[in-house]
Amino acid sequence: MSKRIVVDPVTRIEGHLRIEAEIENGKITDAYSSGTMVRLLEEILKGRDPRDAWAFVGRVCGVCTSVHSLTSVRAVEDALDIVIPPDAELVRNIMFCAQYMHDHVVHFYHLHAMDWVDVVNALKADPKKTSEIAQSISNWPKSSPGYFSDLQKRIGKFVESGQLGIFSNGYWGHPAYKLPAEINLIGLAHYLEALEWQKEIVKIHAIFGGKNPHPNYLVGGMACSISKDDISGINAERLALVHQLLKQGKEFIEQVYIPDLMAIAGFYKDWGAIGGGLGNYLVYGDLPTNGYRDVASYKIPPGVILNKDISKIYDVDLRKDDEVQEFINHSWYEYKGGDKVGLHPWKGESKVKYSGPKPPFEFLDTTQKYSYLKTPRWKGNAMEVGPLARLLVAYGRGNKEVKEIVDKALTDLQVPVTALFSTLGRTAARGLESILAARWGLEFYDSLIANIKNGDTRMANTAKFEPYTWPDKAVGVGHSEAPRGALAHWINIEDKKIANYQLVVPTTWNASPRDGNGKQSAYEAALMDTPVADEKQPLEIIRTIHSFDPCLACAVHLYDEQGKHISRIAVVGD
Amino acid sequence: MRRSTFIHLSKPKTSLMQQTAPAKLPTYYDEVERKGYSRRDFMKFVTMMAAFMGLEKSAIGQIAQALQNKPRVPVIWLHFQECTCCSESFIRSSHPLVADILLDQISLDYTETLMAASGHQAEESMLNTMTKYKGEYILCVEGSVPTGADGVYCMIGGKTSMQILEEASAGAKAIIAWGSCACNGCVQGAKPNPTSATPIHKLISGKPIIKVPGCPPIGEVMAGVIVHLVTFGTIPELDGIGRPKAFYSKRVHDSCYRRPYYDAGLFVNSFDDENARKGYCLYKVGCKGPSTYNACGITKWNGGTSFPIQSGHGCFGCSEANFWDNGRIYERAAAFPGFGIEADADTVGKVALGVTGAAIAAHAVMTNIRKNKLIHNIKVEGRESEKELDA
Repeated sequence: MSKRIVVDPVTRIEGHLRIEAEIENGKITDAYSSGTMVRLLEEILKGRDPRDAWAFVGRVCGVCTSVHSLTSVRAVEDALDIVIPPDAELVRNIMFCAQYMHDHVVHFYHLHAMDWVDVVNALKADPKKTSEIAQSISNWPKSSPGYFSDLQKRIGKFVESGQLGIFSNGYWGHPAYKLPAEINLIGLAHYLEALEWQKEIVKIHAIFGGKNPHPNYLVGGMACSISKDDISGINAERLALVHQLLKQGKEFIEQVYIPDLMAIAGFYKDWGAIGGGLGNYLVYGDLPTNGYRDVASYKIPPGVILNKDISKIYDVDLRKDDEVQEFINHSWYEYKGGDKVGLHPWKGESKVKYSGPKPPFEFLDTTQKYSYLKTPRWKGNAMEVGPLARLLVAYGRGNKEVKEIVDKALTDLQVPVTALFSTLGRTAARGLESILAARWGLEFYDSLIANIKNGDTRMANTAKFEPYTWPDKAVGVGHSEAPRGALAHWINIEDKKIANYQLVVPTTWNASPRDGNGKQSAYEAALMDTPVADEKQPLEIIRTIHSFDPCLACAVHLYDEQGKHISRIAVVGD
Repeated sequence: MRRSTFIHLSKPKTSLMQQTAPAKLPTYYDEVERKGYSRRDFMKFVTMMAAFMGLEKSAIGQIAQALQNKPRVPVIWLHFQECTCCSESFIRSSHPLVADILLDQISLDYTETLMAASGHQAEESMLNTMTKYKGEYILCVEGSVPTGADGVYCMIGGKTSMQILEEASAGAKAIIAWGSCACNGCVQGAKPNPTSATPIHKLISGKPIIKVPGCPPIGEVMAGVIVHLVTFGTIPELDGIGRPKAFYSKRVHDSCYRRPYYDAGLFVNSFDDENARKGYCLYKVGCKGPSTYNACGITKWNGGTSFPIQSGHGCFGCSEANFWDNGRIYERAAAFPGFGIEADADTVGKVALGVTGAAIAAHAVMTNIRKNKLIHNIKVEGRESEKELDA
């Protein structure tokens, strides 16, 4: 007989997520994912200045901050036929790489690590042995026996005080924790170091965008003029700081994050066979090296994988009516045509209607509607998006850089390629992608310097900034690869104002409820058959959910019905 | 000049917090010592904090004494309709010792962003603190509360955010409204505010509420507010609408390093133009610094790295109430009562942007005339800008 358990709030994520799971004989037999907060930003955007949209939608999320702003300016530039200067593209790319580096490290240490690292168990570690292990896996200088011994004493007193703060009520001592005490201590040390490190890398956003979280973007380019001979602009001092931050960020990723990831993964190889889920992966692509419109120039190639078959990569077209569609069979919305239809975002309808139980409640009625997330489908298929999808598509397309880095990781861990389709695979992919982002950030920096040397210092194309230059009607689509996966915004401009604005975001793909055919989305599918040792402490559920890096504020929004679209930009294969 | 008397002001040693908290808890100084910082480091930190809070030198001893003798203060940090940018900004706070104090010295017993526990264990942790430290814990709220449709637009653990706020605020000693969401509803509260996103001061009465607006607030400002609370056991001095005066009493315009260009009538006309590269004033491309009260020009962002204006983009007023509906981002503010630092927020707050056309132009022209003698070389350009402003 199965028993239903509830995890709400799921913590160490962005936003409000609830998981209900059926458990029988220590395994999950069914799972339901529910987004429980809504803000309806699309309604608020209507009638506003399209040039302001990036600021509004930037506030969709403060964790993956900047990605919505970037996608928004791309959508408006697409609609108004604006090509941005190469330097602006490079600055956006550098900010993008900094965002990946920050977001992935913070996810690993501050949002995910405590699923694998037993903080309390770290007290039993032998500092000398810890030091030996640390030095055997990395050149990172903070690794002496004294360093670990001091840390252990601090944590010991902290635990004794009885006020455990953020560590209160964790699942410490749970049988699913498998790390030796020494690795736990290394993980804890680097949790604290990463907390200090993370505030540095985002200074890149402050330099180009004025602040982080929520740096400023600009339709037509970036606002940070290059001015070699003035204190105000992007001058030699500013650029030197960017360079230093990129180098330091790369150092931390290569010497701390990756060694830790590999050391921890080595003890959890069984999770290479758990949490796989759908096996369908969707990527829009990003990091243009020859302009946003040249999809073939992207560092991150677009594409679709179905049924784990990486030998065949399909192309994606965001304009086509029958590719991306959203359903509301289990979502708290109403369509004019009823629940059976799936609508392309351009034809989306808006009407939120909560029909769940009256709070306070114990369980949702999951046979009915049970989430504020809609259910997106690609040609009817449920898709997973995120770092794993990106690596797999690039791997499948034969990208040398990605192939090399993935193959090395598989060899080092001595796991088969099938281990990628799993909770462990998702977590590892995020780390491997960070190495690439760190490398690419420096490449883009070098290109920027080269451009400036060659005399190209243009940062914004303002020829079409003023509304009088715009057509009466325009539509556009912008896409990007947010840290959590494929992201796209659609805009419809009429009479110089936003007539319609729509977002389909990564966590909507991953965390949505099942569709009308009962087909689960990525979270729910990934939880199936997961072992749960202690139903009162469902650590295993948290592990798999966290491996997706949930971002619920992004996922919940509302569409509005508007006319058709014509978009110049399609995401197609190279 | 309002100073709340809700928390004892005078003698830290006899404060409520001290009397009722468990006796054996380590003090800040214990913690600092344990972390391997020297007495000297500790005093440097205290001095920095004093300067940071705008206190006189005589207060340094008081802070040091308070930090050495006080137990850790329990904190519950709630998340409602928000994007987590406030939590993210908080962990960007630049001084490492500040990060240590805030993450370890306060006892952050509930925060959905960072806490280890999920689900029932998370709720239990909050309940424990609410029971054990009734009347003593600090409640931080990130996000607005949707009151539409009986509150179902934000539910956690099967309860509405309205219910959770009511329960958690009842036993709180003081409440911090983090960011513009909790202070004024921010983006989801912008017109037409479809979920009836409501700032928390409209839902709670009888408790001191410290408003720390901004989208997000600056990390160091957030740290400063918390440190003030736990250090003195008092809430910082607030202005008429509940913001700490230390950080929100000056307009961005008055602390802006580009201000001399404004006074000289030298403006950026469009992004990345010649004037933008010279670092001229961004007023004409929409900067709302003249009507925005925040610490951006002084404290700056991300450890003092930059702030929006320094990076070439105008301020769009993210710490002002209802800023999303207060004119478009790239629209020139038609007018603001811009006559120096003396004008305080209570006065200016009553005057909406775009009311009269004359004041700003008059301000720009007058200051320009005053300083024109000193800037012969740029006079012509300045006059052109004046004409444009007058027109």
